[in-house]
Amino acid sequence: MKLWDIFRRRAPSNQEIAAQRLRLVLTHDRANITPGMLEMLKDEIIAVISKHLEIDAHKVQVNFTEDHRETRLVADIPLQPPRKKS
Amino acid sequence: MAGTIITISSGKGGVGKTTTAANLSLALAMLGKRVICIDADIGLRNLDLMLGLENRIVYDIVNYIEGRCRLRQALVRDKRFPELFLLPAAQTRNKDAVGQEDMARVAHEAAELADYVIIDSPAGIEHGFRIAAKPANRVLIVTNPEVTAVRDADRVVGLLEAEGWAPAQLILNRLKPELIRRGQMLDPDTVVDLLAIDIIGIVPEDPNVLTASNQGQPVVLDDRSGAGAAFRDVARRLLGEEVPFTPIKSPSFLQKLFGSHG
Repeated sequence: MKLWDIFRRRAPSNQEIAAQRLRLVLTHDRANITPGMLEMLKDEIIAVISKHLEIDAHKVQVNFTEDHRETRLVADIPLQPPRKKS
Repeated sequence: MAGTIITISSGKGGVGKTTTAANLSLALAMLGKRVICIDADIGLRNLDLMLGLENRIVYDIVNYIEGRCRLRQALVRDKRFPELFLLPAAQTRNKDAVGQEDMARVAHEAAELADYVIIDSPAGIEHGFRIAAKPANRVLIVTNPEVTAVRDADRVVGLLEAEGWAPAQLILNRLKPELIRRGQMLDPDTVVDLLAIDIIGIVPEDPNVLTASNQGQPVVLDDRSGAGAAFRDVARRLLGEEVPFTPIKSPSFLQKLFGSHG
C-alpha cells in the first residue's frame, strides 16, 4: 500500500453508497427474494446441514453472486474443527 | 424490406422517455430516414406536444384501430422533415382501447411504410408497456443516474429477458458531469455494470431540453445543445455507425496538473 492510499482511505462517497445499495437491491429483485427471506433460508440451510455435519453456524455465509445477469446462490459453510477425543 | 421497430421504455416515469422518442425520431429523419413515431401512451398524449405537431392532429391511433380512418389519414406529417410522421395517441380513451394484437398490427403496418418505427411506451410495466414492447425489434430503456430509476430500469430488462422479447439497450439521461466528478452522482460505467446491458446513449443534463419542449422544437434541432448532440449520436449508432462516447467525466484539477485522465 502506498502512503497516498492511507490518506485516501475515507468514508465511501455518495456515489459509492448509491452503487452499493443498488447492487444489493438489484440482486434481491432479480432473485425475487427479500433480505428477510434470505436470512430465513440461511437458518434453514444451517439446520439441515447440522443434522449431518458439525458446522460453525456463526461463520456461515449465504450470498448471491452476479455475472452478466446470471444470479447464483453461494453458501460458504465452514465445518467445526474435529475435537480431540479425551 | 420492413423497417425496424424500436420501443422507448423506462419503467419509471419522468426520466425522459417522450423527450428521447421525439429527439430520436427527428434525428433519424435528419439523417434522411423515413420515420413513423407512435405515441403508445393512450390517454396521456404528449409526443405531439414535444414535436410541435399538436395542432395538426385529425385522427388518432384508436380511430384507426376502430376502422374510422386509414393509417395514412391518421399519420401527422412533420412540418420540418416531410419524411417524419406521428401517429398520435388517443387522449380521451383509456389503455384498454388498444389491445396487444392491435398495437402489433399497427406497428408492423407502419414498418411497411417507414425505415424506422419509434414507439413511445407509457411508464410502468403493465399492459401499456407490454403492448408497446412486444412488437419491437429493439428496446431502448431510458433511465437517470438515480437509484430509483436504475432499479425500475432493471425490472424492465428482466421482463424483456423473461418474455424473450427484443434485446434492451440503455440510454442514460440527465447526467450532471460536475456531480459525477465530485462523486455525488452515479457514473455511466457503474450504471452499465449494475444493469449489465449495452449502452447506446449518454445524454447530459441540458436546460435547452425544457425550452425546446416549451416551443415544440426538440433539442436535436439545436446545434449548440449538448443533449441534442448526444441524441444525434444515438441515432447514428442506431444506423450501425461506430460513434465514440463523449467523455462525461471532466478531468479534475489534480488530474489536469499531472496529465492523468484515469
